Amino acid sequence: MNTVETIIDDVYQGQRISADAAEILYHNAPLLTLASLADHIRYKKHPDSVVTFLVDRNINYTNICISRCKFCAFCRSVAHEEAYVISTEVLDQKIQETIDLGGTQILLQGGLHPDLPFSFYLDLLAHIKQKFCIHIHGFSPPEIEHISNIAGLSFQETIKQLKSAGLDSIPGGGAEILVDQVRCHVSPNKCDSETWLAIMKTAHDSDLPTSATMMFGHIETPTQMVTHLLRIRELQDQTNGFTAFIPWSFQPDNTHIHVRKVTAWQYLRVLALSRIVLDNIYNIQASWVTQGDKIAQLALSFGANDLGSTMIEENVVAATGVHFRLSKEDMIRLIDTAGLKAAQRNCTYEVLQKY
Amino acid sequence: MILSFKDKQLYAIKDKIEKNLRLDRQDGILLYNTHDLIGVGALADFVRRKRHGNKTYFVYNQHINYTNICKNRCLFCAFARDRHEKGAYMYSVDQVRDILIQNKRNHLKEIHMVGGIHPNAPFEYYIDLLKTIRDIRPDVHIKAFTAVEIDHLSSIAKLPLSETIKALKQAGLDMVPGGGSEVMSDRVHQELFPKKINRTRWAKVMKTIHAEGLTSNATMLYGHIETVEERIDHFMQLRDIQDETNGFTAFIPLAFHSENTKLTHIPPTSAYLDLKTTAIARLMLDNFDHIKAYWVMLGEKLAQIAQTFGADDLDGTIIEEKITHSAGATSSKGLTRDYLVHMIRSAGFEPMERDALYQTVETME
Repeated sequence: MNTVETIIDDVYQGQRISADAAEILYHNAPLLTLASLADHIRYKKHPDSVVTFLVDRNINYTNICISRCKFCAFCRSVAHEEAYVISTEVLDQKIQETIDLGGTQILLQGGLHPDLPFSFYLDLLAHIKQKFCIHIHGFSPPEIEHISNIAGLSFQETIKQLKSAGLDSIPGGGAEILVDQVRCHVSPNKCDSETWLAIMKTAHDSDLPTSATMMFGHIETPTQMVTHLLRIRELQDQTNGFTAFIPWSFQPDNTHIHVRKVTAWQYLRVLALSRIVLDNIYNIQASWVTQGDKIAQLALSFGANDLGSTMIEENVVAATGVHFRLSKEDMIRLIDTAGLKAAQRNCTYEVLQKY
Repeated sequence: MILSFKDKQLYAIKDKIEKNLRLDRQDGILLYNTHDLIGVGALADFVRRKRHGNKTYFVYNQHINYTNICKNRCLFCAFARDRHEKGAYMYSVDQVRDILIQNKRNHLKEIHMVGGIHPNAPFEYYIDLLKTIRDIRPDVHIKAFTAVEIDHLSSIAKLPLSETIKALKQAGLDMVPGGGSEVMSDRVHQELFPKKINRTRWAKVMKTIHAEGLTSNATMLYGHIETVEERIDHFMQLRDIQDETNGFTAFIPLAFHSENTKLTHIPPTSAYLDLKTTAIARLMLDNFDHIKAYWVMLGEKLAQIAQTFGADDLDGTIIEEKITHSAGATSSKGLTRDYLVHMIRSAGFEPMERDALYQTVETME
């Protein structure tokens, strides 16, 4: 019989947790017990108390999107007066600013634009690589699927061509909850869970590292959330291509899903559970963008070993009216005042500078 | 406590707590210096649950700051103004009457009223404020005037402290808030609030209040220039007063906000310091019934988490907060009763609506 106590004992001894046991912990373990267990695992994986962060900028090349997910406040239709596709001048200026601020990466993502040809994406990457020395973390699986449809090429061929044009890694967005019953309600036009996983597998097989995310706190059940974690864990067993996992909570304002915002309590439970379940993923990232700096700092005791990016620019969460800001100095102070050691990293989690 | 402590030194403290032994100064310092935040939280949670189970208290309340004109001008304050300074205000008794009539909410249970140390307002003004509130809201508890204001009132009334308190009580005062002690350290007093009463006088005023049959709260403003030792000494002094009078109801840690103060170079408090201070207060103040997580200063998110770091009270609806918001607080200026209940329930605690004196009130669903 699985009880909270026996599950905790098993996990402490290094056993892999089952879906049932994960759900029991999620529902019944006291918050600080979850934290303690997650922290124990974090220190087993990262024995020194370093917390990493990245300096980068989100660049959204377009907000025009045919997917129209119900949780999104960022997308616009082609004819909308706020619709845009980024110009080369604006793009160059944003990248130069990023480099000037000590940034090492851009996160390049956008909507699923109905008309842009395959060459747009290849030219975009080639242009950046020709002008700048910067890591391009770009095109989440729904975009890869969309681009491959436009190109009329397989995922493998599409990724191969994007990679040779300059793509360095793929962000884990668009995973939402990897259960189709959930996806067909919240993002019916976005790739299904099998496709998301297949694209990630293809990326890993093509030697492109990726992250993985989970957006929770909308219509999913705890069982579906645990299923999501297990699907990520299964793929990681096969490929070992995920660098990090980032759970973040749905921000309901200005969207078409009318639920109450997830509380900090629930966020921290999910974060700790992610660390406990994902025994084969090295890095767990706190989401200060959705939680604010105080809860992000606290997340460092709930299993997280990374604070993500300073995000010189962020538009998607900001469209839901959530505007937290964090400079590099703030980031270092947060880590420092938690009694931990701050280090700036690159996309593949190599430490660039210790503070 | 089903967890193992990362910092093994905490086992000795756990032993003491389980045996109901009082923690000493060294224990307090150790608790602040450890990096095992979760361990400190678990100890505080154990004590909190022994006292209150999974109940969390809150109050339907309203803040009134009758004036921001203040002659003390403490360095950490962004609210105070000189008399002729832009933005200076003082409510007339009629204005306070209007505010109360406008906001005539049905189940308001507490009015929290504090203000600056005004150089000229006569004693009658304060008595009239109380009488007016009492007149309009006879069923509401009036928690008003910190020890600093009461000391000032006794000097303008030219009455001994005890007589002053008697007069205030007769006019309607039910309880005294805990502000004004800041950090009970002569060094911090000299550096940050030299014009305000010192710790000896604050203690004297509080003891007199308790002797006159009124209860009060106690606070500590942390996160500025104070040291760990000064925080612990503050707790020890409060604990000593409480041993003598048993007149304190709740302790409220107050996180310093520096915006618009003379100390803008000081960064905001960290979540670690906020939660540690809450938890250590719960552990050191073994003779206090309640530890409050003041959401205005912690932010709503951290206040919710503080429920498992020793806090059993989330203060109240407040509408509307002025003092911390002058110093750049980003929390709401007020919360609905519904939202407070949600913060408590979604963390697995049981909401208990209370009045100023922590008597539970009929909850209105």
